[in-house]
Amino acid sequence: MTLDILAYAAFFLSMALTYAIICLGLNVQWGMTGLFNVGIAAFVAVGAYTSALLTTPPSPDRFGGFELPIFVGWLGAAITSGLLSWAVGALTIRLRSDYLAIATFGIAVTVQLCMLNLQPITGGAFGIGFIPRPFAVLQENALLFSLANFAVMAVVVLALYLALEHLAKSPWGRVLRAIREDEMAAQALGKGPIRFRLQAFTLGGAIMGLAGAAQAHFIGFIAPDNYMPILTFQVWAMLIVGGSGNNRGAIAGAILIWGLWALSAAAVSTFVPAEQQARAASLQIVAIGVGLCLMLLWRPRGLFGEVSPLTRLKSLRAAPSKE
Amino acid sequence: MMTASAISRSPAQPPPVIDARRLTKRFAGMTAVDSMSLTVGRQEMVGLIGPNGAGKTTMFSLIAGSLQPTSGELWISGHEVSREAPERRIGHGLARTFQIPKPFAEMSVLENLLVGGQRQQGEGLIANFLKPAAVRAEEKALIEKARGLLDFVTLSHLEHQPARVLSGGQRKLLELARVLMADPDVILLDEPAAGVNPALLEIIIERVIALNKQGKSILLIEHNMDMVSRLCSRVVAMALGKLLAEGTPAEVASSPAVIEAYLGGGA
Ligand SMILES: Nc1ncnc2c1ncn2[C@@H]1O[C@H](COP(=O)(O)OP(=O)(O)O)[C@@H](O)[C@H]1O
Ligand SMILES: [Mg+2]
Repeated sequence: MTLDILAYAAFFLSMALTYAIICLGLNVQWGMTGLFNVGIAAFVAVGAYTSALLTTPPSPDRFGGFELPIFVGWLGAAITSGLLSWAVGALTIRLRSDYLAIATFGIAVTVQLCMLNLQPITGGAFGIGFIPRPFAVLQENALLFSLANFAVMAVVVLALYLALEHLAKSPWGRVLRAIREDEMAAQALGKGPIRFRLQAFTLGGAIMGLAGAAQAHFIGFIAPDNYMPILTFQVWAMLIVGGSGNNRGAIAGAILIWGLWALSAAAVSTFVPAEQQARAASLQIVAIGVGLCLMLLWRPRGLFGEVSPLTRLKSLRAAPSKE
Repeated sequence: MMTASAISRSPAQPPPVIDARRLTKRFAGMTAVDSMSLTVGRQEMVGLIGPNGAGKTTMFSLIAGSLQPTSGELWISGHEVSREAPERRIGHGLARTFQIPKPFAEMSVLENLLVGGQRQQGEGLIANFLKPAAVRAEEKALIEKARGLLDFVTLSHLEHQPARVLSGGQRKLLELARVLMADPDVILLDEPAAGVNPALLEIIIERVIALNKQGKSILLIEHNMDMVSRLCSRVVAMALGKLLAEGTPAEVASSPAVIEAYLGGGA
């Protein structure tokens, strides 16, 4: 019994940590740089599908799989999502800040349509199954399997956390802060804001792609349903609750909101009659929304946050990039 | 009076650090800078004066690149830079400060200076992971240089304070030290004396003279004529976006056109 609980805890935390990775990516874009991404789901999805195509066994009814090792899939996921972010950023970052938001929204819709309709590559609405899972040999023993997977996620999150903290304190991170505080002054000192913003947006997108791959291999199958706008909403809620601008906050927020999501799912399945459950699932979104509002009222900066998201939005409105 | 760009030079002489030729900037419905020409030679200190709204700050922004000229040409140390992005001009040795100082408010005074360092390897995303030792060494050298400059502008004791706590005059000094991190050849100073208490003002004047002795050229916007005459060998006066007069401080101060511009409140 306690072993079951332990296995479940490991499973729950592993899943939460995959969200923590996405959230760390968003923190690079928004928390460190002030870039508004409303198409997070797209960058996660592209990572997930890339890794799935690279690592699944060959399938007669679609392109690929190439049966490559899992770490190659992860790497490919980060690179593909990074490239996509770079392309979106290169087209829009030099424009007014709202254009990037619109572009990321457009990408989310486009990727959604591609997943559904490019059946020969993505498997359409059914998605892709048989994605190899790390430590599959341990699958007989649920506890050991969950713990091993949890250990991998924990190591990835820890490594990413340390790398991002290193960057935040580096001269690179310092330039990002300078640009955020006064773009014109930073420019006069030779720091091109577009170059640094584009780098941050690309890095954030690559991290989201990595998270997509991690999730895909953890669950073992993917489908377009996993990458609906609700995912973008969840990750934003995680970052705001945890505190934007802070990597520890991004991780804590992910665990907290994922916990709220799982709890509300349990509540729905316990208290709502079976035939109503599909509809009642939207109560989970309400739960997160309420959690978010409570946090904004109680602590506008989030658990660990540096700048309140409301202040940030206001200052973006007040001073859109120049001209 | 001769316009600046018409001054002949022998080919052996180095080109002027700033050579603005008939720069014009039109905003919707008004011409803030109207065919202004202006040069600043090596190690020269030039004053730019004129009533409020004359277009002095706009002229600075054109030279620094934060505004694009409607027409005209700009050369910095022999490079044509009229259309170059503002962040590239410091690479030609041109630095500016702002009329209303722009410190990075939430960063420490020391960090503000570190941003001014040029060609830092650590500003490359990847280098921070591939060459951590080189980045650390570079950072150490940069901090040493920054401390020296903080001492030069008498802000050492505030090194770890966030820049937002500085007074107006201290902010001007911070900006000066910050651009000095880039070892510029020419510095544009926009009203360095405005709102500065007399003690601090004396420090600013002394430091500007010292920088000039080290070989730096200065283009100075200033209303304080006393300061301008102490510092500048040549003064350029403008009003309504146009060149009014040019010459020694005494010549310009006694020019009827200049007197009229000031008495007429710029109109
Ligand atoms: N960004 C701008 N948009 C429109 N008008 C401007 C802008 N910047 C300056 N001006 C106008 O140009 C004129 C010159 O301003 P400025 O260069 O700041 O003068 P000065 O520094 O000599 O006091 C003023 O009439 C000012 O209102
Ligand atoms: Mg001015």
